[in-house]
Amino acid sequence: MAPAEAQTTATLMASIRRRLAFYFPTIAIAVGVILLWEVIVVFFNIQQFLLPKPSAIFAEFMLQVDLWLAPDERSILIESSGATFWEAFGGFIIGCGSGILVALITSRWTIVSEATMPFAIAANSVPIIAFAPIMNNWFGITNPASKMAIVAIIVFFPTMINTVRGLTLVDLEQLELMRSYAATPARIMFSLRIPNALPFIFSALRVASALSLIGAVVAEFFGGPRATLGVYITQEAGAFDFAKAWTAILMASIIGISFYLVVLIAERRLMPWHVSFRGAA
Amino acid sequence: MSPESKDIAISAKGIHKVFNPGTDEEVIALQDIDLEIEASEFVSLIGPSGCGKSTLMRLIGDLIQPTAGELLVNGKAPARARLDREYGMVFQAATLYEWRSVTKNVQLPLEIMGYAKSERKQRAQAMLEMVELGAFANHFPWQLSGGMQQRVSIARALAFDPSVLLMDEPFGALDEFTRERMNLELLKIWEQTRKTIIFVTHSIAEAVFLSNRIVVMSPRPGRITEIVGNPLPYPRDFSTRNDPAYHDLVARVRDLLRDAVGSLSADPSSGQYVSEPGAD
Repeated sequence: MAPAEAQTTATLMASIRRRLAFYFPTIAIAVGVILLWEVIVVFFNIQQFLLPKPSAIFAEFMLQVDLWLAPDERSILIESSGATFWEAFGGFIIGCGSGILVALITSRWTIVSEATMPFAIAANSVPIIAFAPIMNNWFGITNPASKMAIVAIIVFFPTMINTVRGLTLVDLEQLELMRSYAATPARIMFSLRIPNALPFIFSALRVASALSLIGAVVAEFFGGPRATLGVYITQEAGAFDFAKAWTAILMASIIGISFYLVVLIAERRLMPWHVSFRGAA
Repeated sequence: MSPESKDIAISAKGIHKVFNPGTDEEVIALQDIDLEIEASEFVSLIGPSGCGKSTLMRLIGDLIQPTAGELLVNGKAPARARLDREYGMVFQAATLYEWRSVTKNVQLPLEIMGYAKSERKQRAQAMLEMVELGAFANHFPWQLSGGMQQRVSIARALAFDPSVLLMDEPFGALDEFTRERMNLELLKIWEQTRKTIIFVTHSIAEAVFLSNRIVVMSPRPGRITEIVGNPLPYPRDFSTRNDPAYHDLVARVRDLLRDAVGSLSADPSSGQYVSEPGAD
């Protein structure tokens, strides 16, 4: 067994090395940009309220983490991140869920989906964030539901539009094949239309994952509880504590990117057959 | 033509098909089609683009309905035959579901028709072995070559044992070598299963090599020019292509096609019926 194990370790190491080589340029660019930022701030003596040093942002971040971990302390930043995450996540689930559901229902009747699509596409071009003050009015400014509602509406339309497309843009010959099997409409839905729509749905979900965090943070700019990222950023920026404001932006980025990655992983799990993942398996 | 079975599988009388009737885009796709095909017969439909050969195949398969005329499949209306799952279909594209493995693709019609799981697996495996892809059951379609994908699609069409196999230029997208090998394999399958096969093709050589009879069609409006009987004995193999009778038949069908196209007049592009890949 020992040589076989040595073999697996060797291939594992080789695969890690290959991945490192693949991601090296990306990592190098990230490190390079951060170093350049630090150097420029120091060299040109830029005031911290204009642009704080990455090292200052990182120090503030570590301080907040320490505060959060300490038993008798609290970190408003971490609490804010949690609150904003739940708003974005809740809105994402409600908006995408209902988008997919409405698409499934309307695509059952071609006339209905054809009649609703122009409205959905029009609604998708409306800056829905402008409704944030109205939602604050409806649900209450400190109620997370006001932010979730905005997020849900923002992600609803792209998800619905893409799902309808995926369900209806089915290869004609595949439909004829189903017809030759005398398959029921429900069968065609589950065996053909839904799998066909999966790539469309996931590309919508990826966009929605980024949109949901943007929606939540920007909605909070219009007012919300103290412990949310949007409010935190406006307040700390107003108080000229830009290291803190930037740390909140960093947190928002981390949440947004993780969100996106979770969707990506789910996508790979659910459709490993798709052309974009071939060779990766 | 096998003397032991004189059952009529397909009977078409006075079939007309008009697309977009009463509009500016009105097209008479088929006119006065009379055709009888016996059970277990292998019949090719050949003709230039626009002659309605695919339309005729799709009418038989109840994918579209005739404007006028009487069409019976195994003595039934085509819709009845479709509901009774009498049709296996193979298109030019393999149209496999990319999210299903090879065996799951072959099992799809069986799933829809409510076969038990063990029987589905067993039948799929048997079909895959017939098309010599038994070892590829758990591969995904994109891992197979074009010829292999088309064999899977044939296995899928045969899995539920339909009596009629409708093939619409199934090997049109394959290279010449693969195509000749697929022709041999199809003949082998036909000799094993004795399905009634209706085979739409652009290739004269393919039509002559494969079929009992060749239905030569001409366009605008689509109609049958002549039905050519093929006396070449089965089993056919590579040596068949060296038979002088084979060459005579190829020449005969080519002349018929040339007449069909020639009667069309001044359209210079219409002479290119053999290699034209366009759909009709």
